Order: sequence, then C-alpha cells, then structure tokens
Amino acid sequence: MNSTLVISQLLNGLQLGVLLFLLAAGLTLVLGIMNFVNLAHGSFYMVGAYLCATFTLWLDSFLLGLLLAIPAMLLVGVVTELLVVRHLYRRDHLDQVLASFGLILVFDSTVHMVWGPAGLTFVLPAVLNGQVTVFPGVEFPVYRLLIIAVGLLVALGLYLLVARTRVGMLIRAGAANPVMVGALGVDIKTLFTLVFALGAVLAGIAGMLIAPITEASIGMGKDILIITLVVIIIGGIGSIRGSFIAAMVVGLIDTLGRSYLDDLLKLVLSNQAAETSAPAISSMLIYILMAVILYFRPEGLFPPRSR
Amino acid sequence: MSRPAHWTLLAAGLLLLLAPQIIGWIDKPFYLDLITRIVILSIAAVSLNLILGYGGMISFGHAAFIGIGAYAVGIPAYYEEYSGLLQLGIALGGAGLFALVTGIICLRTRGIHFIMITLAFAQMAYFTFVSLDQYGGDDGLVIDVRSEFPGLIDLESGVQLYYLSLAALALALFLVHRLVHSRFGRVIEGARSNRERMHSLGYDTYRYQLVCYVIAGMLCGLSGWLLGNFTSFISPEMMDWTRSGELLFMVVLGGTGLLFGPVLGVSAFIIGEEVLSGITVYWQFIFGVILILVVLFARGGLGRLLLRSGDGHG
Repeated sequence: MNSTLVISQLLNGLQLGVLLFLLAAGLTLVLGIMNFVNLAHGSFYMVGAYLCATFTLWLDSFLLGLLLAIPAMLLVGVVTELLVVRHLYRRDHLDQVLASFGLILVFDSTVHMVWGPAGLTFVLPAVLNGQVTVFPGVEFPVYRLLIIAVGLLVALGLYLLVARTRVGMLIRAGAANPVMVGALGVDIKTLFTLVFALGAVLAGIAGMLIAPITEASIGMGKDILIITLVVIIIGGIGSIRGSFIAAMVVGLIDTLGRSYLDDLLKLVLSNQAAETSAPAISSMLIYILMAVILYFRPEGLFPPRSR
Repeated sequence: MSRPAHWTLLAAGLLLLLAPQIIGWIDKPFYLDLITRIVILSIAAVSLNLILGYGGMISFGHAAFIGIGAYAVGIPAYYEEYSGLLQLGIALGGAGLFALVTGIICLRTRGIHFIMITLAFAQMAYFTFVSLDQYGGDDGLVIDVRSEFPGLIDLESGVQLYYLSLAALALALFLVHRLVHSRFGRVIEGARSNRERMHSLGYDTYRYQLVCYVIAGMLCGLSGWLLGNFTSFISPEMMDWTRSGELLFMVVLGGTGLLFGPVLGVSAFIIGEEVLSGITVYWQFIFGVILILVVLFARGGLGRLLLRSGDGHG
C-alpha cells in the first residue's frame, strides 16, 4: 500500500459519497416528509444524464448544457408529482413501491424511444480534462475534484435552505406534522410538489455530473438507487444530516473496500482464499453495514426527533 | 367463495391438466413453454402471497430464493451430480436456511425498513453469485442435464416437467390453504392487523412470523429448483431486484390474500408480456402505465374484480 494511492482512493470514495448524497437528499426528504417510497428516484438520475448530454452536444457547451438541463429536470419532477405521485401519499408502502416500479418502466422505455438503446456521452472541455496535483506527488483528475466541490456546495446550499429560510422552516414543519401545517394555512400541496421536484433536480444533477465519466445509459439509475436506499436507511429516514454522513461513509467503505479488502483479508486468510472472497465481500460490505446497523438501531443512525 | 367462482376454478384446473394434450392437438409446442413458466412462477407468487397477503410482510427480496433454488440445480450439475433428490434437498435446505438467517434479522424491523432489509439481503445473495467466477459469475451457467429421478419421472421431457410443476403448484396451494385456515394462520393474520393485541393475548408473533417466512422461502426455493430445470440456464440475473419487483407486481395484480390470486396475477403478467412484446418493442411502457393505473384505480387486484362480478359482493 502506498500513500499516494490511498489519497486518491480516498478522494474517489469522497466523490462517490457526494454523488450518493445528491441522490439521497431528495429521496430522504420525499420519504420523510411525504412518506412516499420512490423507487423511480434513480430514473431522475438517468434522465438528468441524458438531458445534459443532449443539450451539451446540441449547444457544444457543458456549462450551457447543465444550465438547460436543471430547469428541465424541475419540469420532469413537477409533472411526475402532479400526474402520479401526488395521488399516492396516503397509500401504503406496497402501493407506492408498485406504482414507482411502474414509473421506472415508463421512464426506461421513454428514454429507449427517444434516445435509442445505445448510451450517450460527450467529451469534457479541455480545461476540465486534465490532472492536478492535490498533494505533493498525488495527481487527481480535475473533473472529479470539481464533482466533489459542486456536491459539497449543493450540500451547503441545501443546509442553508432547510435551516435558514422560510421555505425550509415549512419543510421541517411539514416533516413533523403535515396536517397541522396545512391547518395553519400553508399550501401544503404546492410545498410537497416543490420538495419532490427539488429531489428530482438534485438526483438529476448527480446524473449530469457523472454523464461525461460513465456515459448516460438506460438502467444506470437501477443500481445506484439501491445504494441510495441503503444510504437513507443507514442515515435515518428524513434526516438530511444523517444521509450526508451515511453517504460519505458508504462512498468511502465501498471504494476502499474494493481496493484494499484483499490486502486486509490476507492478514487472516490464505492468499488464494483472500483473493477469491474479497470481490464478493467488498460488493456486499455496504449491505452488511446496513443489516448490522438496522439490527442494533432499527430506525437508522439519525432518526428525526420530532416524529 | 361463491358458486360461479368454484366453477371457474374447476374449469381452470381442468384446462391446466389437459393443456399438454390441447397444445399437442393444435401443434404449438411453444405454448407448453409459456404455460410451464406460468405454473413455475405461480409457485413463487403463492409463496410470496403467504407472507405478503396473509402475513403483511412485504418482502422485496423474494427473487433471492428463486436464485438459490436454481443454483441448487446448476452447481451440483457442474460437478456432474444430477441426483434430483439431492438437488431438491439442497434447494429446499438452502432456501430455508437463507430464510431463517435473514428472517431472524429482518423480522426485527417494521414497514419500510422491512422492505429495505429484505432487499439488502437479496442484493447480498445476488453479489455472492456474481462473484462466483467458477460457476460463470455474471454470465451464468448452462445446465446440460436436468435433475434425474431414475425410474420415476424424466424431466428431459417437457410434458413431464410440466406435470411435475403443476403437481408442485397444487401442493403449494393446498399447503397455503391449510396453513391460513389453521390456528397458525390466524395468528399470522392477527399479527398483521394488530401485533400488540396478539402480544397481549400471549402469542410470540415473532416466532410465528419467522416460521411463516421460512416456509415461504422454501416454497419459493422449490419454484427456483423447477425454474432452473426448466430454463436449463441460470444466472445471477434471476435474483436481480427488478425480478423481486415483478413478483410483487404479479401478486398484487392477482389480488393479495386470495388463495388463487397469485396464479391469476402471474398468468395475466406473462401472457400480457408475451402479447405486448409481440406488438411493440416498447411493451414495457404499456406495462408500466398499466401497473400505475392498477395501483391508482383497481385496488384489490384482478381476483377481487372477478369475485365481485361473480357474486355481486366482495
């Protein structure tokens, strides 16, 4: 193990954590406030990636692509909420799981119809395409650093929005007691639509940021959705702070597990046993973590206090 | 259940029993594949209905049991061990053990957490089989020889495999029927509607639910064992979380908590998939829309719609 590799793996873990936080923030708000299980949240990640790639190719500018894709995601979120999601807030979780499973099928096949079965990608502008020295001797891609920075900024913005503004106060009040907030004359329906659309935009931004690295593809939201669910369950449903911490922990454990678990296992197992079992265990690590945490704390690490 | 419903059931049963002959007359062997698939998946759906419909345990990881059952055929076959009894034993034992170990943890949680933790365990099973490079990993494993029961039944024959599956489905339905109408079933249903009251009546609902979960897991393992034999190809994709979602959809489509609901749901799903995918490559779009509409407007599933039209009250 050399230290330069460790540092860049730490940064990679941080980058995954930041992406997971962008996805988890919306999901945990929607689940915590509206009590709605949205399996289609990963679809927003996918749609965001496709929209950003399309606009970027069309306008030949990543920045303009991002700026156009964000309001487009807002629209997607609002329309989804008005057409389907709004009618399911009072239903049980099973109905919500099924309806949002239906939404996944609709989103996937819509993307298939519009963009075809192949993935879509674009080249980063030259400025973002290089490496930069983060520590003496440690080179790291500029763009991945940018993702971390953007993610942390969004996290800060979200914190300020929820903790310091009137809308944020209403969101927190809505999480604690939506009926009472409605009785006090707040337009709770519009507030719910806004929260849902905000979640869609955040998930979309995660997709936009990852599109130039992995490419936009059908089903990209499928796997990350499950990891995101793990994050919000570990963090405690409805807690933005919890999902931030959980996202970082999951991102780091997943990345570091994949790189170093075989070395760790070699301390206790034979070389061959370590090398065959490490890949399996490292992809299971976060699920094991979740199972252990739920066993000891069935509500997650930071369950919201006021419920 | 009303009189017309009895007649419908009898007719459906006769149709299933005579299906291979009818398919032979009209000379469309493909339909035998279709109906075998319906029967095998129905067993999985019936087992999910046992915990979901009667017990209120929303498992989002049921496909894991199918995968365990299927690999119980594939891995022994890889070592040229084709004994049907041994493979079936591994399937039931493996699925039962997995259900016991995961159930002990899952059943401590409620509601959304239960959904998520069953999903997490299914993902663990999925990644375990993905990482087994020896048995094909991601790409899966081809089964050259189906389970062997010398002198009893020859599964290489599609018709015999079909009848074995049908017998297994009948057994599963009988078992679930007896279970839910026993004292055990009353406790399970009681635990769903009011756990605290069951506790104060002196029932240890956790144990009852755990036993119920293990039985459902084993039944689903049986379905997987049949599916592995039927498809002759197994891969981790069989236990992908979307498979678990589809299984949930089938059960709800047919009507949860109805004995024959799952069979109805699986039939509607597979026939619908077959018909729609013949019409357009975008059949999933139509499927998704139907799924959303069913949830929004047709609560209670197809089974209750039929019952209502049959006797005028639900």
